[in-house]
Amino acid sequence: MTAAPLVAGGRPPARRGWRERDKYWGMAFVAPQALGMLLFTLLPFAAAFLLAFTEWNGFGMPEFIGFDNFADQLTSPLLGRAILNTMVIALVTVPIGLFLAIVAAVVLNKIRGRAFYLVLFFAPVVTSSVAIALIWQQLLRADGVLSGSLTRLFGIAPIDWLGDPILALLAVCLVTIWASLGLNVVIFMAGLQSISPSVMEAAAIDGAGPVARFFKIILPLLSPIVFYQSVVAFISSLQTFDLVFVLVNNAGPDNGTRTIVYHIYDLGFAKSQFGLSSAASIVLLGLTLVITAIQFGAQKKFVHYES
Amino acid sequence: MTVLTTPRPRSRGSWLKHPLVLAAALLMVAPFLWMLLTSFKGLPQLLTDPLSILPQPWVFTNWADAWNALPFGRAYANSIYITVLVVAGTLLTTSMAAYGFARIPFKGSTVLFWVFLAMQMVPKQVTLVPFYFLMAKIGWVDSHLALIIPAIMVNPFGVFLARQFIASVPVELEEAAMIDGASRWRIYWTIILPAIRPGLGALGIIVALDAWNNFLLPLVLLNSTDLFTVPLLLSQFQGQFGGMNYGIVMAATALSTVPMLIAFVIGQRQIIESLATSGLGGR
Repeated sequence: MTAAPLVAGGRPPARRGWRERDKYWGMAFVAPQALGMLLFTLLPFAAAFLLAFTEWNGFGMPEFIGFDNFADQLTSPLLGRAILNTMVIALVTVPIGLFLAIVAAVVLNKIRGRAFYLVLFFAPVVTSSVAIALIWQQLLRADGVLSGSLTRLFGIAPIDWLGDPILALLAVCLVTIWASLGLNVVIFMAGLQSISPSVMEAAAIDGAGPVARFFKIILPLLSPIVFYQSVVAFISSLQTFDLVFVLVNNAGPDNGTRTIVYHIYDLGFAKSQFGLSSAASIVLLGLTLVITAIQFGAQKKFVHYES
Repeated sequence: MTVLTTPRPRSRGSWLKHPLVLAAALLMVAPFLWMLLTSFKGLPQLLTDPLSILPQPWVFTNWADAWNALPFGRAYANSIYITVLVVAGTLLTTSMAAYGFARIPFKGSTVLFWVFLAMQMVPKQVTLVPFYFLMAKIGWVDSHLALIIPAIMVNPFGVFLARQFIASVPVELEEAAMIDGASRWRIYWTIILPAIRPGLGALGIIVALDAWNNFLLPLVLLNSTDLFTVPLLLSQFQGQFGGMNYGIVMAATALSTVPMLIAFVIGQRQIIESLATSGLGGR
């Protein structure tokens, strides 16, 4: 990211007291967002840490119980299952989704009519997750078109995708990749256009085939964007909720699609265990930070920065 | 950055790629086409021959039944006015804060900006429970205010993006205006805002998509069906006709997606470029 220096301030006219008054302007400009940050983010953020150490059903006073919630949650098979499911979703959808998007971007970048194709690829991106979930719910029914086509083509018994814990989780992965592909394609296409054509021509003259060019030139030059997108995609798949809530009807069969955020929602808003729910949300925060740190560590090894 | 318009030489072998690309693109929109076709199928066909592609016969009552089953018109009105207010308010507050951070030094400005960057990393779901009770305390549970005011007043990503846009506006423009005695507000309103208008347009599209498609917050905060947004109302269809007559469910889904898809096709260039820009953090 080419971040500008934090304050690229203009040189104000050298008048006495001007700078004194100017700083109040600065505060006034920042005030609405700063106030919102304090009230609607920092305050609830601090409260989440406090609530995580209490038992509270939403009425009366929260009761301080020390680390009990964390002890409960960290040994809870439900949270364990939720973390496992969420990690499966992230580890399946991010690499496959980004790889497909890079390939699609490289291909689309070179053909005519790409505006038309982009619209088709991009349509799921502007569609609400609830609509996406309802559409795929019908496609994935045991008597739906996907299962039925498989029966017709290969003669296998009808498959109830959303009725089986493992298949349901795979279905969530499939729909996640489908829904986010267009956005990644567009971002990688923007990145491709910053690669100078002369580099590609030089490689072609040196005898590099399309595959060699893809792995030796395109991928390294795209790697900063691939890295940034993998962080964004990973964090957003850690937050998977809408899809499992509507598509698989809550946590799915045998909690097969219970995700961390679904777990937070379930403990808090379905079971009124707000202390436990807050403890689970602190676990989500910790997981997010650890994974982001790991990705930034890996960045030094795999990301190629031009300088 | 122009994803759509930069001319490229036509490559060799594109005759081979086209059918493959076309097939992939059709696969991407096939679920939407299936939604539309299913929305015109009647219950007998869905029960006896769920795999046939075309409706037989065409049943046009599903759409009306879906529209009448739940207050769709009301949900559209709610979603539209919430989205408009959130977009307008967010563009104002984020560009103001961005101008303050980018150009007007004051004590603590740098630290505050780092707080914004840091909190952008915190998933919204982490603060969901306390946020709900804060809204309850203020009396905004089951009120649109809970979806509008906080969204307008906190958007660290928007502040960050707008600050990137302002960084590219020459300081000399401001200095000239200052020498003429213009106030900071006047400079912001007459110089900065017009200069970053394309960028704000992109930010506005992103904010609009988020506001329109938001599901978890309305789900937690709204109780009265009359206050529901379009996605929340749509989610109610899951239980209502969950069993067999999913022609009506697909009609409801189509009612909620087709207007958005038409709007997308009309504004495709703007929308796609905006999301590409923001995806790259405003580079």
